[in-house]
Amino acid sequence: MNKWSRRAFIGAGTVAGGGFLLGVAGFTFAPSRHSLVSADAAAKGQLTTWITITPDNMIDILIPHCEMGQGASTALAMMAAEELEADWSLVRVQEAPAEDAYANGYIIRAMGGGYVPAMLGRGVDYGAYKAMEWIGLMVTGGSTSVRGTGEWGMRVAGAAAKEMLVAAAAKQWNVPASECVAKSSRITHAASGKSATYGELAPAAATESVPTSPTLKNPDTFTIRRTSAQRLDLPSKVDGSAVYAIDFTMPGMLYAALAIAPVQGGKLVAVDTAPADAMPGVKKVVKLDEAVAVVADSFWRARRALAALKPEFSDAGHGAVSTDSIFAAFDQALGPAPAVPKNAARTITADYRAPFLAHATMEPMVCTARVEGAGAETLAEVWAGVQDPLNARSVAAKALGTDVHNVRLTNFMLGGGFGRRLPFTFDYVDLGVRVAKAMSPIPVKTIWTRENDLQHDYYRGAALSRHAGALDANGTPLAAHSNYTGGGNDEAVFMPYKIAEMAAEGKKAPHAIREGQWRSVLNSQHGFFKESFIDEMAHAAGKDPFEFRRGLVTEQPRFKAALEKAASMSGWGTPLPPGEGRGIAVCDSFGTICAEVVHVAVSPEGQLKVLNVYAAIDCGDVINLDGATAQAEGGIIFALSAALLSEITIDKGQVVQTNFRDYPMIHIADAPKITTAFIRSDAPLGGLGEPPVPPLAPALCNAIFAATGVRVRELPIRKTSLKKA
Amino acid sequence: MRMFGVSSEHIMPITLTVNGKAHTLDVEPEMPLLWALRETIGLTGTKFGCGIAACGVCTVHLDGRPVRSCVLPISAADGKTVTTIEGLAPDGVLSKVQQAWIAHQVPQCGYCQSGMIMAVAALLAATPKPTDADIDAGLTNICRCGTFARVRAAIHDVANSTDGSAS
Repeated sequence: MNKWSRRAFIGAGTVAGGGFLLGVAGFTFAPSRHSLVSADAAAKGQLTTWITITPDNMIDILIPHCEMGQGASTALAMMAAEELEADWSLVRVQEAPAEDAYANGYIIRAMGGGYVPAMLGRGVDYGAYKAMEWIGLMVTGGSTSVRGTGEWGMRVAGAAAKEMLVAAAAKQWNVPASECVAKSSRITHAASGKSATYGELAPAAATESVPTSPTLKNPDTFTIRRTSAQRLDLPSKVDGSAVYAIDFTMPGMLYAALAIAPVQGGKLVAVDTAPADAMPGVKKVVKLDEAVAVVADSFWRARRALAALKPEFSDAGHGAVSTDSIFAAFDQALGPAPAVPKNAARTITADYRAPFLAHATMEPMVCTARVEGAGAETLAEVWAGVQDPLNARSVAAKALGTDVHNVRLTNFMLGGGFGRRLPFTFDYVDLGVRVAKAMSPIPVKTIWTRENDLQHDYYRGAALSRHAGALDANGTPLAAHSNYTGGGNDEAVFMPYKIAEMAAEGKKAPHAIREGQWRSVLNSQHGFFKESFIDEMAHAAGKDPFEFRRGLVTEQPRFKAALEKAASMSGWGTPLPPGEGRGIAVCDSFGTICAEVVHVAVSPEGQLKVLNVYAAIDCGDVINLDGATAQAEGGIIFALSAALLSEITIDKGQVVQTNFRDYPMIHIADAPKITTAFIRSDAPLGGLGEPPVPPLAPALCNAIFAATGVRVRELPIRKTSLKKA
Repeated sequence: MRMFGVSSEHIMPITLTVNGKAHTLDVEPEMPLLWALRETIGLTGTKFGCGIAACGVCTVHLDGRPVRSCVLPISAADGKTVTTIEGLAPDGVLSKVQQAWIAHQVPQCGYCQSGMIMAVAALLAATPKPTDADIDAGLTNICRCGTFARVRAAIHDVANSTDGSAS
């Protein structure tokens, strides 16, 4: 994907060379949602999705989202091309520049206002909620690209452009527009035999007025959506030509390596810079409030010189914090298990524990910056990989004490995001521009090591959840309650089951470890808690865990269908050899319902092998079938690696883990066979980047129980002996 | 080629061939090959991931054998031949492994895939028809996006292609 050069596009018009471009303000096509955007949105140029048709009949689609491997750019282009009746082979995509005009937040807000609450009558899901909070930003997160920008922007933009092309053709040929047919980037009028390509019609189409409510296609007539399109970003990812932030370079650029205060909030107290000053290639040792940076003519030399320093940092008063102290506070905050009905025939209680997790994107954090001038006149250029270029630009401007419009930020394809590069977690941009300011006007690329990355993340929060359930004499559940720490929300704690008494109450136990958004966010912990506990209730009731769940979702057809599909795909109920087991779980997140069955084998010594994962996913409908499948596979592996292996621990206020040796990831040998099925429901489009994550850990632990009788209540699983109980 | 005009008593010229082109580098002998490739020669297709040879994103071929260039001192490449991801399709024609990567739509974020493809190319050169067990034992690269199932399918596809050669 090439980067767009800095230009200002407002409204429809011609481009140099006679092409046609169309900007769509989402509210124009969603008149009932006027109140959701500011009245002067148009005047402020709040334009989001753009289609350009060039004289050579190519269609350029500008994407206001970053590409981090999730395939959003391809899926969004498919949604626009479908409505446009484009020839898919003539479509190209580019990422929108980091300009206010491309803020996508308001489109997602429109989605939240008019769309999402209808889903289950229980409010806006978390991803859309967060994205609404980030209105005015250009965020890629919360699994919102397709269901927000695609549904509310790309489809409308494509349909409007098609109507303008048809109108232009009808005028030129003096025929009724209703007799003109758009297909494969060409308008045809059968009766007169006239025909023209979009490229030929584009200059005239650009003078047509923009329709305010273009007609969207009937899904039954889709020809591009629901197919498997090759991802448009892939060719550059197999020959080394893809450019990530870490690959950006410019003449005269220097490199910086960082040592950051090991306890979050700590400050640099003292550092003797002499050992580094004397080393080859070193240009300067830069002291920052909370870090020290060595700037040199190569990253390796910068890093080597940094290793020669012995900086002293303060601990911000958190030097006694440990994993144990945090969980002791969690335990105290939770208090006794929640009360359940006294008339129950059987009650059960269980505590579940989830650790801090790091994102560990394969590309570490990197920020290159060039700073010129001083004070309010400071100008800066920033090159970084971010999930929100507008907030990243603000962070850079604030760090430099200058206006955001004095900062130009160029985004790149991301070497993984998973939530690490979201708004309000741009410490790497903040540090990067401050290092560059100290070297002004020389450009500096600050590269985080893996050690920096793992020790200075915004972690997935640790949490403890205390559950109590009650069953009557027939094994029918009467109550399922929980108290939890670590945060929650209506979506994450929601259970679809029909149980007379259900409550989940968050308890506060603040700690000093900074937290952020991690793929599927709070659903990642709560999916494990609630779907493990319902499994324990099923076993306590003496019932099959799938049938038990199915009996409790008779009024929730989407959950029922997903559970049944996953069960049937997995051969649920058919006999397995000794030492093998299946587990099931279903979670609803980001508007998507995902049921998974995991099939495991556990040796008599307790050696675990995950053999198969079956996922049945109802995300309403699928845009790019193969891309959607890849997201499911990726989410499952991401969740599996965390469930089996991952744990960030704290000692003396510092993160203990340093690199992939002590924060390991699974390899291909550990990867199960994954079978995915998509259920097409009438539901609005749901997200896909995150929903396959939450059910994996509980389905896996439920499978281990089925195989061994060992109930795993703490992640990662490696901490529990799986020798048959 | 960019070179740094540094002077140090430790520096001695290193001569190596990268993707068919000869280079003489004036860098410290202990500088890892990775940084010489990326910053001195300007080939950025080979990535930095961990710096301790644990993740494999920096995998290149040294005299045809896979090495993790983030820990390999440049002195160990003196007089040798290095192939990077950029050298896998020298005439713009993708190798069979790269073609299979497109056919199976393997990459997601793509950051690990240079190293993954180089590791697989080396695996197939040594074991043209690998079993699943061969793949499990021979491929330890990390992919956070979770592309493993497609990597495995693509490897088998290349192995089952008519002449079995991976290039």
